[in-house]
Amino acid sequence: MASYFLRRLLMAIPVMFFVALFVFLLLRLTPGDPAQAIAGDQATPAQLAAIRENLGLDKPLTSQFVAWIGAMAGGDFGHSLISQRPVLEMIGQRIGPTLALAVMAMIFTVVISLPLGVLAAWRHGGLVDRFVMALSVVGFSVPIFVIGYVLIAVFAVDLKWFPVQGYKPLSEGFGPFLHRILLPGLALSSFYIALVSRMTRASMLEVLREDYVRTARAKGLGERVVLFRHALRNAAIPILTVVGTGFAMMISGVVVTETVFNIPGLGRLVVDGVLARDYPLIQAIILLTAGTYVLINLLIDLSYALSDPRIRYQ
Amino acid sequence: MTLRLKTFGIAALLAGSLHAFPAFAETTLNVVMQAPLRTLDPILSTAQIVRTHGFMVFETLLGMDAKYNPQPQMADYTVSADKMTYTFTLRDGLKWHDGTPVKAEDCVASIKRWAANDGAGRTMMTYVASVEATSDKQLVIKLAKPFGQVLELLAKPSPVPPFMMPKRLAETPAGQQVTEMIGSGPFKFVADQYRPGDQAVYVKNSDYNPRPEPMSWTAGGKVVNVDKVVWKAMPDMQTSINALQSGDVDLIEQVTIDLLPLLTANDEIKTGAINALGSQVTGRFNHRLPPFDNPKVRQAAMYALDQDQLMQTAIGDSQYYKLCASVYGCDVPLASDAGSEYLKGSAKERLAKAKELLKASGYDGTPVLMMQPTDLTILSTQPIVAAERLREAGFKVDVAAMDWATLQSRKNSTQPVAQGGWNMLFTYWGVSGIWNPTVHALLDGSGSDTAWSGWPRSARVEELRSAYLTAPTLDEQKKIAKEIQQIAYDEGFYFNAGEFQSVAAWRANLKNLQPGPLTLFWGVSK
Repeated sequence: MASYFLRRLLMAIPVMFFVALFVFLLLRLTPGDPAQAIAGDQATPAQLAAIRENLGLDKPLTSQFVAWIGAMAGGDFGHSLISQRPVLEMIGQRIGPTLALAVMAMIFTVVISLPLGVLAAWRHGGLVDRFVMALSVVGFSVPIFVIGYVLIAVFAVDLKWFPVQGYKPLSEGFGPFLHRILLPGLALSSFYIALVSRMTRASMLEVLREDYVRTARAKGLGERVVLFRHALRNAAIPILTVVGTGFAMMISGVVVTETVFNIPGLGRLVVDGVLARDYPLIQAIILLTAGTYVLINLLIDLSYALSDPRIRYQ
Repeated sequence: MTLRLKTFGIAALLAGSLHAFPAFAETTLNVVMQAPLRTLDPILSTAQIVRTHGFMVFETLLGMDAKYNPQPQMADYTVSADKMTYTFTLRDGLKWHDGTPVKAEDCVASIKRWAANDGAGRTMMTYVASVEATSDKQLVIKLAKPFGQVLELLAKPSPVPPFMMPKRLAETPAGQQVTEMIGSGPFKFVADQYRPGDQAVYVKNSDYNPRPEPMSWTAGGKVVNVDKVVWKAMPDMQTSINALQSGDVDLIEQVTIDLLPLLTANDEIKTGAINALGSQVTGRFNHRLPPFDNPKVRQAAMYALDQDQLMQTAIGDSQYYKLCASVYGCDVPLASDAGSEYLKGSAKERLAKAKELLKASGYDGTPVLMMQPTDLTILSTQPIVAAERLREAGFKVDVAAMDWATLQSRKNSTQPVAQGGWNMLFTYWGVSGIWNPTVHALLDGSGSDTAWSGWPRSARVEELRSAYLTAPTLDEQKKIAKEIQQIAYDEGFYFNAGEFQSVAAWRANLKNLQPGPLTLFWGVSK
């Protein structure tokens, strides 16, 4: 298992290199000028040239790329071209809210979608099944920002149960943290609840037809034990895959939720970076996201062995 | 046991009372600004948000009052009889935010850095023989040749005000940002709470000693009545409005006009203009490329366009915009109606005239590439309406949609359209940045590569702009400014598409919000 883990980590290095190269080139080919973002609309060409020279943007692309990769190999992700702050410090300021939001959304997803999916499969073709499927169609079809606005209108503006916007870190207390993160977490999870409940239902339906489930019932086991101990565990692999990749997608796709609920997270940081053409910042965030995907995929693969003892990695 | 319970009870009461009656109630002003603050150096950046940030942290030697007159701020001044020597004496008690005293040598270095970066400052320095500190409290500017704008430029609130900073910061090389925010202004910047593009925090500078005169724009006493000001960036206007209504924020610097009805019905919210000066929308022609290298084609385009139509499209409600010919802003001392003949007539009459002029110009059907920034609400609609009007007049027009960052970069291209050039763009300028020919970048008639994009060429305008710098009286300045305006219309420097007023919204418990050339945070109380 350990050698498999190490081998997979080593395989990630070329993947990350090509991601870095691709992102670097893509950003440089995109029109726009960080110097203009620094100096503003009324800057003269001479000012812009001085800023570009100072930032090293006048050097050939190859030397810019080599310098960036070299610095990263030494653990230095560089400084933001626009704010001049270390990129890692900026990411550090913003990653907490995004992780909190993603974790909260994932908790909602698992807690709501798994029972819904199991219920729908158990009552296949019945009213409960149709209700769950209708709910998942809504979750898939209605954009997150609409769900966010509706939640704000009902629970924050009308009922005043929750604040309309903003984020409080855990360090300011669990109550204030939860108070601010519940609505955005729920909004973000809506799509994933739909996705995971459908996946759970489909996977469960397949397993419920298996002989060992019939045998379990024939033995006189209760439905709860049959469903959750025998069926759900065997249906877990596709569900784990969706939950895992869903978590990675949440981290990289929270920008709309962060905007609607004014949460100062990574999603807004990357959009801001793109608008200002802040190359080192965007490069670092994309690399970080790619790294997260690689790591989560690895963890998903490892978790298969936990849910299915027949799977072994050499 | 009884004693223990009593002791516990008293302790609990004390602890509770500490929570119920805090020793110090901090007043915090939470504000949603019109743009995110991504950079901090107010000398290197021309962006409005950075300028407003600059006025929080830094000060200028002189301030500009509501009557557009320079007034003493950090320094009192005297001018020699021949108007060739300006002596500035720093007022007592000025300290940088790191506790060190403000010295004249700091101001000399600051003036030099500002002049190296600001267009008007560079012009001023071509008339200056020396800028020197004669003591810790006194600095002297000696002119090499007469120049009538020294005080006005040192007091100008926009686009790049001459902010004073410690010498060690002011000596930062050209093109490099100053990131350490040590000024002498009424607020201190809280560096460790700054999140670029998201949040900036300022606390009251308890060492600040305001001038005794009443405040007027950036002049007079800057009396701070709140302990902390927090700027928040909220990219979604609906979120900002929700936050204002719920009391999470106290002020939105700029509200989208079409969302104003959500706020005007709320008794706890007030709306209005706190920026005393509006902004002018300008349709700039690229004079270097066909078809707008032909002045007759530019004139035809100007007739095809219509101020009212463009303002209706962008702003909608006529109480928030003005139509006037003045290229310096509708309500400034230099405002005049020179060139207004290019704006008169109904949309239909103007279109007929445009067709006639275009026919006479020899226009050969060269397509006009109009750049449209899709991510800037205020400028995203004009190109579409303008393109349609130009098509109706007989132009061929291609509208190229792009984000603002791409437009800003592409506007600097002098290449043909096929190689990344452009023919026309719309942008807007705060009136405080265009209110006279010295600061108005679009009136640069040099046609040189160093001028702002569009590159019109007019030797007469350049002569007049030089004459303006030495004009001794306001009447003479007005006369020169009027002639420049007339030529700008005759030559089609750009289309003046009207002036709009930004509208702010704030909680009714905010008092004494002061009008100014930008949003000011002194004077206001909560």
